[in-house]
Amino acid sequence: MILTRRWTLLAALGTVTLLGATGCAASDASAPAPATEASTPSGSITVYNAQHEELTQAWADEFTAETGVTVTLRNGSDSELGNQLVQEGTASKADVFLTENSPAISLVDRAGLFAPVDKATLAQVPEQYRPSTGMWTGIAARSTVFAYNPSLLGEGELPASLLDLADPAWAGRWAASPSGADFQAIVSALLELEGEDATRDWLAAMKENAVVYKGNSTVMKAVNAGEIPAGVIYHYYWFGDQAGTGENSASTQMHYFKNQDPGAFVSVSGGGVLETSANPVAAQAFLAYITGKGGQEILKTGTSFEYPVSDSVDANPALVPLSELNAPVIDPSKLNSTKVTDLMTEAGFL
Amino acid sequence: MIPADPSTVTPATDPSDTGRGTVADTGAPGPAGRTDAAARVGKRPSPFIVAAAVTVSLLGLLPLGYVVITGILTGWPTLSALVFRPRVGELLLNTIGLVLITVPLTAAIGVAAAWLVGRTSLPGRRVFAVLLATPLAVPAFVNSYGWVSAVPSLNGLWSGVLIATLSYFPLVYLPCAAALRRLDPTVEEAAESLGSSAWGVFFRVILPQLRLPILGGALLVGLHLLSEYGAFAMIRFDTFTTAIVEQYRSTFNGPAANALAGVLVLLCLFLLIGESGARGRSRYARVGSGVARVTPRRSLGALTPVGYLFLGGLFALAIGVPFWSVIRWLFQGGAAVWTEPVLVQALLQTVGYGLVGAVVTCLLAFPIAFLAVRYPSRLSRGLESVNYLTSSLPGIVTALALVTISIRFVQPLYQTTVLVIVTYLLMFLPRALVNLRAGLAQVPVGLEEAARSLGKPPFAAFLSVTTRFFAPSALAAGALVFLGIVTELTATLLLAPSGTRTLAIQFWSKVNDIDYVGAAPYALLMIVLSLPVTYLLFARSRLVSVS
Repeated sequence: MILTRRWTLLAALGTVTLLGATGCAASDASAPAPATEASTPSGSITVYNAQHEELTQAWADEFTAETGVTVTLRNGSDSELGNQLVQEGTASKADVFLTENSPAISLVDRAGLFAPVDKATLAQVPEQYRPSTGMWTGIAARSTVFAYNPSLLGEGELPASLLDLADPAWAGRWAASPSGADFQAIVSALLELEGEDATRDWLAAMKENAVVYKGNSTVMKAVNAGEIPAGVIYHYYWFGDQAGTGENSASTQMHYFKNQDPGAFVSVSGGGVLETSANPVAAQAFLAYITGKGGQEILKTGTSFEYPVSDSVDANPALVPLSELNAPVIDPSKLNSTKVTDLMTEAGFL
Repeated sequence: MIPADPSTVTPATDPSDTGRGTVADTGAPGPAGRTDAAARVGKRPSPFIVAAAVTVSLLGLLPLGYVVITGILTGWPTLSALVFRPRVGELLLNTIGLVLITVPLTAAIGVAAAWLVGRTSLPGRRVFAVLLATPLAVPAFVNSYGWVSAVPSLNGLWSGVLIATLSYFPLVYLPCAAALRRLDPTVEEAAESLGSSAWGVFFRVILPQLRLPILGGALLVGLHLLSEYGAFAMIRFDTFTTAIVEQYRSTFNGPAANALAGVLVLLCLFLLIGESGARGRSRYARVGSGVARVTPRRSLGALTPVGYLFLGGLFALAIGVPFWSVIRWLFQGGAAVWTEPVLVQALLQTVGYGLVGAVVTCLLAFPIAFLAVRYPSRLSRGLESVNYLTSSLPGIVTALALVTISIRFVQPLYQTTVLVIVTYLLMFLPRALVNLRAGLAQVPVGLEEAARSLGKPPFAAFLSVTTRFFAPSALAAGALVFLGIVTELTATLLLAPSGTRTLAIQFWSKVNDIDYVGAAPYALLMIVLSLPVTYLLFARSRLVSVS
């Protein structure tokens, strides 16, 4: 199966490269005719939303207030909605797809289902947070962290790298949520940085060492309760809980791997407009709004604690600035969700 | 040894429905002999009715057909790689362990509780008789949420057994309690006169006569265990169903999810076959005329405190813990949690789906029930069993099948309310079927014939005479389907139109974000919607025994 998948993948990649090239040329050629950008958005759009419901709802409400466009959300997880869009193909009722991580949106992109993002929207997002093809764009970012319980794990015992967690010394001492798209995105970064064999080995060691929870919040809650010394999660779960009651994070600390370690991976959340959208004007406008000042401000001031990707808006002052995280440099469009799901199925996590 | 003919009435045990054991059968020969009904009303059923029954049943074959066909299309090499791997071994061990421990446990608890409230003179037994049915109103995933709130470290097999036992023991308790009330005391008296002790009578006379309700209840418990998602996901206990949902969330409908679904379907079939095999061939029906005498009650004597401890403890664990958690969270949340506008929307949508689903399911179950009662034949029996089989498949399997089929072949139905209703129909049809069937069987055909002989056209005669008689059964049928829909999670999640928010979906979304406070109003509303139906179930189980 793995073999056939690999061939399909190669074939798909080949096709996509071709399509991508022609797509680029096409979008360049059509650049001087920004007909859609001039029209006023109206009507309604359906958003396949893998982002946190609360965040997207805040965006949708604000956007509706500004434009009068009705926004309907279909909530799900990255890979679920990404694969769903691929299955639906041209018959999809979705207008916009928003993800938490890049692999799922790349999957849809590789299936050739996106329309090029408006040039003006792309101009709002720095190049490192969007693929060069311009078929989708980053909308927010999040950083991998190692949340630990200082009463169970001294500062001196902290791992220097995510790869260290494969060591038998860590058996039963760290947790993760491997069924979630978040952790799968971290694995996709590992795959991109270290290659397939290293990733397979690391996952096999993880199957031995890690305690499996469902959901990053649950991992953090368990670390906080002292059920387990540490867990690999994303940063904003911790900040969100701290800003609230702190009941699930008060006894935990954050450790950033930095040093361009795979564990310092900063994951880019993506947004794209479906080629088959029945209301492309409103769909493009929604994406422009999210990546624009208004949408990015919600990331700064709201309760999501995700990083804005726009240059014009700073991150929430509570967060460690992105520039200090020393994340590995990865082209978000290269992250591969299908391969990761296969590897994780093979390792027995799924 | 089972007494050759215990001369007693026990409830029917058609597969796969929560209410069936309690309300399905009146046992005693009906006022109108069923067998000659066909001969008297007309030789052949109307072709429209046959067509409707066959169509609904064919629809019911879709999910199973999907699993088989995708299995074939995937091909053996891929399929075997996906099935014969250590992860599937883990899941198999977990799932089978869960069934093997929980089913006997629920059976023991159910029978003990039924005996205590039905056969002893324990003061307060009538109150307990109602209270012990109430766990049916608390969906298993809400029960799990209550327990996780109280004991956050719960996880793994034994926690799964705990929560499942507390959620599902009424499925054994209710039919056993109903059957106990109808046992003929003469058999027990005969045993006693021959020197059996009280325990001897219980184990050698009573228990064997409870075989059918125990097996029927145990089968239901088993099927619930195989199909439950939320309750086990919350305590990090992986079963086939939780693994399929995770595969779905990672791949939508990839081959691995379908392979797991195939194994799960085999487990369901195994349970169904096991139950029908274990039923045996002995007759349990009371054939004597007249009404069975009321059995004298036993005094527990010095064991009375133990009886109270058992019943009280059971109720405290099954209902007290989840209620206490929900109320604690509600108290913490204050008025704020009730102001969420989505709450009203979710309530309305849930009730809407429940009502429409119940009506549609009853209407479409009717032709099958009608054929089964008025024109019993190999065809009608076949149609019935197809529907039992489908509804015994876990919701996630049915949903996965319908998502894929609708995307590929019936695009206009994809992500529409219609498709959701069709799914509910397939999942909950037998709940309606057994009740409609039992109700229809009780209507004297002679009355309808009399109306026709007085000049009413056949359909009008049916409407004005027969429907009136079986309206209560239809109401029970609808109520049971409604209960199923209100607490349905996985299929609704997969199939509903974008923007749909039912109580179960919202509850689950809150729980996933560890917002236990925000989840509490949804939990409470689901319980409140389910309570009247649970009471109805209880009341009907009594009604049968009184008649």
